[in-house]
Amino acid sequence: MTTNASDQGDGHLFSALPVEDPATQARLHERLVADAEREGLLDVAYRTLVTPVGTLLLAATDQGLVRVAYDSPDHGGHDAALAELADRVSPRVLEAPDRLAQVVEQIEEYFEGRRTRFELALDLRLSKGFRREVITHLSGIAYGRTESYAQVAAAAGSPRAVRAVGTACATNPLPVVIPCHRVVRSDGSAGGYAGGAAAKNALLALETAA
Amino acid sequence: MRPFEQIVAEYGPLVLRVCRAVVGPADAEDAWSETFLSALKAYPGLPEDARVEAWLVTIAHRKAIDVARANSRRPVAVADVPEPGPAEARAEGDLWAGDLWDALKSLPQRQRSAVAYHYLVGLPYKEIAAITGGTTDAARRAAADGIKSLRSSYPSRTDERAE
Repeated sequence: MTTNASDQGDGHLFSALPVEDPATQARLHERLVADAEREGLLDVAYRTLVTPVGTLLLAATDQGLVRVAYDSPDHGGHDAALAELADRVSPRVLEAPDRLAQVVEQIEEYFEGRRTRFELALDLRLSKGFRREVITHLSGIAYGRTESYAQVAAAAGSPRAVRAVGTACATNPLPVVIPCHRVVRSDGSAGGYAGGAAAKNALLALETAA
Repeated sequence: MRPFEQIVAEYGPLVLRVCRAVVGPADAEDAWSETFLSALKAYPGLPEDARVEAWLVTIAHRKAIDVARANSRRPVAVADVPEPGPAEARAEGDLWAGDLWDALKSLPQRQRSAVAYHYLVGLPYKEIAAITGGTTDAARRAAADGIKSLRSSYPSRTDERAE
């Protein structure tokens, strides 16, 4: 709806009121986040973090970290990840960095080569069934090691489900933190990755160098 | 359903203007905060085809009345004025809080709301009536009366570009 004020020449009545007031808006946003947290209404808190493999979206419920997303245009970027959270977890989604403080600290340590395992509360609700079994197994692949898709399939109890393992890795809701980048092709080549092949290679190189 | 963050980004500035026009500079931020907290709570139940703007103004209308009522019971003292933040952070939002609010606050609350919802938000009188109660005609009259008063109390702005 557009304003129909100008039809009577009074459209400029409120021209003294700023249309945008970023400083006040920022202060009010902060207050809303604090109020929402206190009232138990902050179902999904998120922030972004610049890393050597691109800007990551980090989102957490009150249970723990629920989503890590690359900003890859092929998958709709961060907006698509936020829309999925709104659909599958709750539309009460706010940019609220404080809840992600520990996650940010550990991811930064990881990229600095000072952390080889994450100690974070994880909320795996976006991963179901066989995919979740695979995801759970992945956390057991040690830093600097790799496994083939076939090995992971065998470990998950379904040796012929190699393709399904690939899908589980591709749809990992928590890349980097749950190390799907450590699953590679049997011939040793890296294979696909939600963040792109360059990101996967960068993570593997980081872990080899450490 | 869109993430609520997008609702805040898209409508936050408009709702702030509405709150400032309806309850004035001292209470506007309380009214805005109450509005968006209440909206966040109700948001998951909002029908997909609902018009978000009218929905938010409906909540803001209720909260503006609550906040203005609560704060009017508060003893008025200089010490009660919230401590301002850094001068540069508040300056922009406070620039307007002179002649315009002086003129608006002299209107009956009903006229002030009708003027703001029609001329600031652009809502039709039928929707304004649904928000404030009363008939469409009464809403139209309240806005017309409000504008008429503002023409004399705030003439420099209401007339300068009226041609």
